[in-house]
Amino acid sequence: MFMAPPATDIAPRDPLLPRIVRLRGKRREIRGVWSLEVVAEEGEPLDFAPGQFSMLTAFGVGEVPVSVSGRTRDGIGLVYTIRAVGAVTAALCGLRTGAPLGLRGPFGAGWPLEEAAAREVTVIAGGLGLAPLRPAIEAVLAAGGRLVLLYGARGPSEILYPADLARWQSARRAQVEVTVDHAGPEWHGHVGVVTRLVPRARFDPDTALALVCGPEIMMRFAVSSLREAGLSDARIFLSMERNMKCAVGFCGHCQFGPHFVCRDGPVLGYDRLAPLLRIEEL
Amino acid sequence: MGERDGHLLTVAGLEALLQALTAQGRRLIGPTIRDGAILYEEIEGIADLPRGWTDEQGPGSYRLRRREDDALFGHVVGPHSWKRFLHPPRRELWRARERDGEVELRPAALPEERLALVGVRSCELAAIRIQDRVLLEGPFADPHYRAMRERIFLLAVDCGEPAATCFCTSMGGGPQAREGFDLALTEILLDGERCFFLRTGSAAGAALVAELDPPPADARAKSAAAAVVERARASMGRKMPEADIRDLLLASLDHPRWERIAERCLACTNCTLVCPTCFCSTVEDTNDLLSGETVRSQRWDSCFSAEFSYMNGRAVRAGTASRYRQWMVHKLATWHDQFGSSGCVGCGRCITWCPVGIDITEEVAAFAAGAAVPAEGD
Repeated sequence: MFMAPPATDIAPRDPLLPRIVRLRGKRREIRGVWSLEVVAEEGEPLDFAPGQFSMLTAFGVGEVPVSVSGRTRDGIGLVYTIRAVGAVTAALCGLRTGAPLGLRGPFGAGWPLEEAAAREVTVIAGGLGLAPLRPAIEAVLAAGGRLVLLYGARGPSEILYPADLARWQSARRAQVEVTVDHAGPEWHGHVGVVTRLVPRARFDPDTALALVCGPEIMMRFAVSSLREAGLSDARIFLSMERNMKCAVGFCGHCQFGPHFVCRDGPVLGYDRLAPLLRIEEL
Repeated sequence: MGERDGHLLTVAGLEALLQALTAQGRRLIGPTIRDGAILYEEIEGIADLPRGWTDEQGPGSYRLRRREDDALFGHVVGPHSWKRFLHPPRRELWRARERDGEVELRPAALPEERLALVGVRSCELAAIRIQDRVLLEGPFADPHYRAMRERIFLLAVDCGEPAATCFCTSMGGGPQAREGFDLALTEILLDGERCFFLRTGSAAGAALVAELDPPPADARAKSAAAAVVERARASMGRKMPEADIRDLLLASLDHPRWERIAERCLACTNCTLVCPTCFCSTVEDTNDLLSGETVRSQRWDSCFSAEFSYMNGRAVRAGTASRYRQWMVHKLATWHDQFGSSGCVGCGRCITWCPVGIDITEEVAAFAAGAAVPAEGD
């Protein structure tokens, strides 16, 4: 056939076909949110880059994109933190230890850690948005970078990964500030939206990178606070979310302007996003 | 292009060519009349072609009409495009069965069938190349598409009479098949006799020509074929405005025109279904309660549906204006960023099959005309 693309000698794996993995363990993080530890059937290590996501299948129910929120303690498996909101996420959170599930990926472009490790990184996370940032935070601290983490949750009982937050707080080169939208008298920390913490953050706008993940409205306000603090658009990175079905650029659902969020993102530089984020319903 | 000087094929010679393709074990798919339209269906030979028929097309309008001659390819393109064979409307991806904590996962078999696509127009060759870039040439390849694509034989036909909705020449194409085919025909009359100027575009095509051994075309046949193409080029029904459409549309994302289009657009998805390059799909899992088997299928999806952009409890593109904008801006603008070309080949299907007759060329012209006028609120 004329002009046919060359056939490859080794058939590449069908990107739409999941591999079977096992739920090795799970823990309830906060109300309705579970972290699943997933390992390969044959025990070979699963790899990922911080900020990437996978497609997880609950057999008989469906498939959803979920960010990787870390490695298992022994380093061979991956952790996914999931809020049970729909049929598939509820089924995934309801799986019993040892149950099989389907895994595709990890996919997409993660956080710019090669750039970030040598410098200082300001992380702004809202709610479950801390999940895809956790491996980035660990990587920055492991590389000896300086970390500012501004984290906002709805209330004290909604704060994700409290043990990790305490550990990061005690790291030598870290400033960790946590705020909640609403709290009772037992809460002695910050109250208010996370973007209000930006003026408290100690970073050099000429060298720092900002990594942001949370609800889109929160990211918009975070960006404007960061820009007010002197950060240029090219130093701000957002993890975007859109409907995804295939994760490999075939299905068209996740388009955001020229970007396939699954393939070009989910992490995209704000310099590329700025002209798009001002358009409604894009 | 590896094309030689061309051959002359009689109508009987075309029949022999189709039968030779069948003898190779190929299923012939070509234009045929069904349900009042010319569709791409399985055919057995030239008797199934819409001989003596043509299609009259306009915005929101399609009618078959008897021709005054017995032309075999005297029509243009209908609601079907070849994507329904290469990237089918629905296909199984895999099935799985869980038993005692073990999942048996079986990928759907890749197609082994060899198709010969008969009567492929220049705009459709361009559309196939565009889908190649989406489904084969990115970081990932769709193995089903690859399997179909590697096995097809493309018998192209030059267009002699474009429809009122055609505008391929302004999308960088033209009525003549120029590349990407195995064999190409131009339907001509020589001394009142219907015959075909045959061009070869691939080794597979050359092998068939060697097998059938038709006579070489003389200068008269060649000039008759050139005249057919030239006449077609000059009678294109529509044209896309000559502007940098990508920049124009990207600068018009908050233009009030989108709302005016939305007053007419029914968000029915017809344009995306008939478009030969629209590739969007979704997946569905279905379960057999008796056997416990679950099947994941892929099916065409459309950016005009509310579910398409559904996320966190709502559709990102809540209104019709933003859905139409997504379709048109993707097709004509961001496609360039993603795949290095426009996503439109100028086949005109979206104009014909739009129930309210929205005309993509007219809409682009409106943006081009209004480009100097600042949008409301600017």
